[in-house]
Amino acid sequence: MLKGLHGIQQTFFDLHLILGVMPSLLRVGLPNTIILALSATLIGIVIGLIIAIGLISSRRPVGLLCRVYVDILRGLPHILTIYLIGQGLPLAGLSLFGHDTYAYAALAIGLIEGAYMAEIFRAGLQSVDRGQIEAARTLGMTRAQTMLLIIIPQGIRRVLPPLTGQFILVIKGTALVFLLGLTASQRDLFSIAQDSAINNANLSPLTAAGLIYLALTVPMTYAVNAWERRLRLGTNPRARTAL
Amino acid sequence: MAPSTGGVRFEHITKSFGSVKVLDDITLDVPRAMTTCIIGPSGSGKSTLLRCANLLERPEAGRIMVDGTTITDPGVDIDAIRSRVGMVFQHFHLFSHLSVLDNVALALRKVRRLPRAEAEERAIAKLNDVGLRGLERRRPTDLSGGQQQRVAIARALAVEPAIMLFDEATSALDPELVKGVLAIMRELAASGMTMLVVTHEMRFAREAASQVIFMDHGKIIEAASPAVLFDHPQSPRLRQFLNQVL
Repeated sequence: MLKGLHGIQQTFFDLHLILGVMPSLLRVGLPNTIILALSATLIGIVIGLIIAIGLISSRRPVGLLCRVYVDILRGLPHILTIYLIGQGLPLAGLSLFGHDTYAYAALAIGLIEGAYMAEIFRAGLQSVDRGQIEAARTLGMTRAQTMLLIIIPQGIRRVLPPLTGQFILVIKGTALVFLLGLTASQRDLFSIAQDSAINNANLSPLTAAGLIYLALTVPMTYAVNAWERRLRLGTNPRARTAL
Repeated sequence: MAPSTGGVRFEHITKSFGSVKVLDDITLDVPRAMTTCIIGPSGSGKSTLLRCANLLERPEAGRIMVDGTTITDPGVDIDAIRSRVGMVFQHFHLFSHLSVLDNVALALRKVRRLPRAEAEERAIAKLNDVGLRGLERRRPTDLSGGQQQRVAIARALAVEPAIMLFDEATSALDPELVKGVLAIMRELAASGMTMLVVTHEMRFAREAASQVIFMDHGKIIEAASPAVLFDHPQSPRLRQFLNQVL
């Protein structure tokens, strides 16, 4: 029994190894993971918003095309898409970013996230009251102005919590970039931990990386939940301070 | 009848929602610089007719002329027409993400293309006209229903429309707030604005309108001056309606 516990401690919680890998996790891995998550999210937001507008378009071919995009990117395993884009594009001669694995990784995750975010944005845009749109149109605003000035600002506000939730998924999803092969300075949390785990024949470095992931994702999850609860209750602190 | 210059003219307007004919061959002149009130029971088609005047609803048949332009013609720039036709809704529909000032200034900047400073100056003046000085920085949701509706009126008036449409503008308000909004509408009517008003406020219709239209089941049953329509109703349907509401 005790021997078993000792084995678990040795395999997953070797303090010496955890402390040994921490500096490079924090100095190299953490910034890389965050930069990758942020740039993928940014790409995802831009694509997601465009696709969402396409999804609610009254032009059927446009809507259909966007629907196909969402269905494909949400329907494929992420690992497959990342391979196809990250390795496939340069192989096909589309070396958009030279040999920068990172940029391909960001693009691949961004394209996937775009599909998920499109559905989130679509729900937000469609939740905007018809009356708001009619009010804008009766003032003489064009369709595009109404979309840009009324529907998007109101629709996005309502989906900020689920978007943040999606960002948490992106942080976790960035671990898949190790597939594409990264240089030492490019490595994210998972790659560094994995390399160290292999070198030391011990899984404790992965535990160390796990702790950092949790430190990022758990507080954010609780913040999103609280945020959603507040939106649901309709408590608007600004409304209260204005009175 | 010759098409009126200015004002609104509906000619043989027909509109159905599914199998229900909500407007059945409506012809109506809304003369310039006068107030026309439409009364009638719920579902009579009065709001739908009003919403045809800026093509929020498209009629299936018939012609509509607004301020000299036949808006039902293909290829008409409806955005340009709409910016000359102000509309006030039952539920205000103020832009909830914008301040009171931005609600009024937005169309001045984006439709009339005024620089921000000038747009805001005009918006403040309009808000002042409807008695809302000092509330510019508030959010619409911080205001009472009556105040919100006055912002909506200021927003519509800011772009200086030739015609104003009111769709049951006081129906969603608490009784004590109705008066203030009606007072602004009376003032506007007296100033010579062309107004088409769907309303349940019979006193307002009697005092402010130059013609009153009674609609039922998608048809105009009676159209007359308020004195004639209210004091000498011709049809049994109107007499019955007035008995119920007065």
